[in-house]
Amino acid sequence: MSNHPSYGRVFLTFARNSLVRDMTFRANFVIECVSSLSWVLMNLGFYVLIFRYTPMIGKGTGWGQYQFFIFLATTLLVTSLVQTFFMPNAEEFSELIRRGDLDFALLKPIDTQFLISLHRVNWSSLANFAFGLLLLGFSLYQLAYWPSLWQWVSYPIYLACGVAIMYSLMISMAAVSVWMGRNQSLYNFWFYITNFSRYPMEIYRGAWGDPLRWTFTFVIPVLIVVNVPARLMVKPLEARTLAAFAVVYTVMSLAFSRWVFSRALRSYRSASS
Amino acid sequence: MASHPSTSAWPPSPAARLRTWWTILRICLEERLVYRGDFALGTLMRFLPIVTQIFLWSAIFAAAGHDSIAGYSYHDFVAYYLLTMVSRAFSSMPNLASGIALSIRDGTIKKFLIQPIDMIAFLLLNRVAHKAVYYSVAIGPFALVFYLCRGFFPGWPGAMTLLAFAASLVMSFLLGFFLEATIGMIGFWFLEVSSLLFVYMLFNFFFSGHMFPIDMLPGIWRTLVELLPLKYLAYFPAAVFLGKVQGAELARGLAVQLFWVVAFAATVRTAMRLGVRRYSAYGG
Repeated sequence: MSNHPSYGRVFLTFARNSLVRDMTFRANFVIECVSSLSWVLMNLGFYVLIFRYTPMIGKGTGWGQYQFFIFLATTLLVTSLVQTFFMPNAEEFSELIRRGDLDFALLKPIDTQFLISLHRVNWSSLANFAFGLLLLGFSLYQLAYWPSLWQWVSYPIYLACGVAIMYSLMISMAAVSVWMGRNQSLYNFWFYITNFSRYPMEIYRGAWGDPLRWTFTFVIPVLIVVNVPARLMVKPLEARTLAAFAVVYTVMSLAFSRWVFSRALRSYRSASS
Repeated sequence: MASHPSTSAWPPSPAARLRTWWTILRICLEERLVYRGDFALGTLMRFLPIVTQIFLWSAIFAAAGHDSIAGYSYHDFVAYYLLTMVSRAFSSMPNLASGIALSIRDGTIKKFLIQPIDMIAFLLLNRVAHKAVYYSVAIGPFALVFYLCRGFFPGWPGAMTLLAFAASLVMSFLLGFFLEATIGMIGFWFLEVSSLLFVYMLFNFFFSGHMFPIDMLPGIWRTLVELLPLKYLAYFPAAVFLGKVQGAELARGLAVQLFWVVAFAATVRTAMRLGVRRYSAYGG
């Protein structure tokens, strides 16, 4: 038997345990799925309403109703994956620090960031993922557009990049609570920052928009998260440089979050008695 | 409370009553001021989504090819979103319904049932204190953002409009309070109201005008929203300020809003009276 735990098998155990837990309260699970789906439907309703008044979001940008719905589907796919695998864990992380329970995680013979980031899987968030896939399929059908093989291959890869960037941002922010004790406001901050990623980057233009677009592309790369995969699907020719850039940024984000996380662990002083 | 001091008569004089409520209000105020730093920061952040909305609507208007959508210009839209932030600041009642339901479930509601204090009035004062502190701290961020965005506003409306705006804001506060308190009272029957509350929040978000001016809604949806009290929580005060509702329509709107306030004030009283009758005091 090797000294290193099998990360894949440990993760499968986490996933199975979470599923068992979710299935213990089945009615609650169904309610959670229905609630998150109804938020999504409300949002979709809002955009349907908008497209009653305009043919496109942004003049000449090509984001017509169904192109934008592909964008929306991509947003759904990325955020639902983040919510399924990372959100409940990051939320718990700051509580672990506050209560001093991080000790138990540090003692386990496995990478702490892996353990902290993945030990709970929130299966009900996959309802939104399924809806995202449906919306993507429906929009492609409406556009009567069949993406090339290259697009089909790169789309999931860039979805994964988007998820990785979101994860890096989230775990870095959660790790900051080592220094702050508790950070409720930072969570709101995460929500508000990611709010910028929900729209095509073309809408940020002008004296205020350009610096904003620049900041959220290069400094806090949330604009890349949805824009790159969505663009690869809708208008692949314009996305090439951005796509190459996204890979570099994904690696950098992950490295950065790793650095913040290990710095945070070094500053951790247990709080338990 | 075991007994009242023998010196004071029961029922207490109006002055004594006033003193009690004043003390309660003061305590609540001090309690709230503890977190003022977090408040100010949180308020400023709450404007961040508006930034996205400004750019979104700018892009929509650029592509739509006309100057007005549902009677709103681009500037009206931005002003509208900023104004709904104000009305939401009055009408939103975080944790009110869930707090009432929780106190029913864990039994802490008993303290209101045995003390000579009216629970609804106590909670209302608590909210007044909460809001007063909130505004006194939030006025900074609000003033800053409104000053930065002053170009989006058509200018100050007339005195009558401002008066109507102020009245609709006060009523939106009361309506928000009584509406959510009513939902909380449902806890007497169901114990857990969180899924009900979720449905309420969902409808509130969409149909109060928080997400978009409800004038945009087509046909049947518009009629539905006109029949619901929700539009008075966000849409109505903002529309009044922007002069979208005027004259007889304005008077009628304010009257309907008052009607809903009174209706829900009565409902919450009735619900509490009926609820207490079947309350079985779980917990310690």
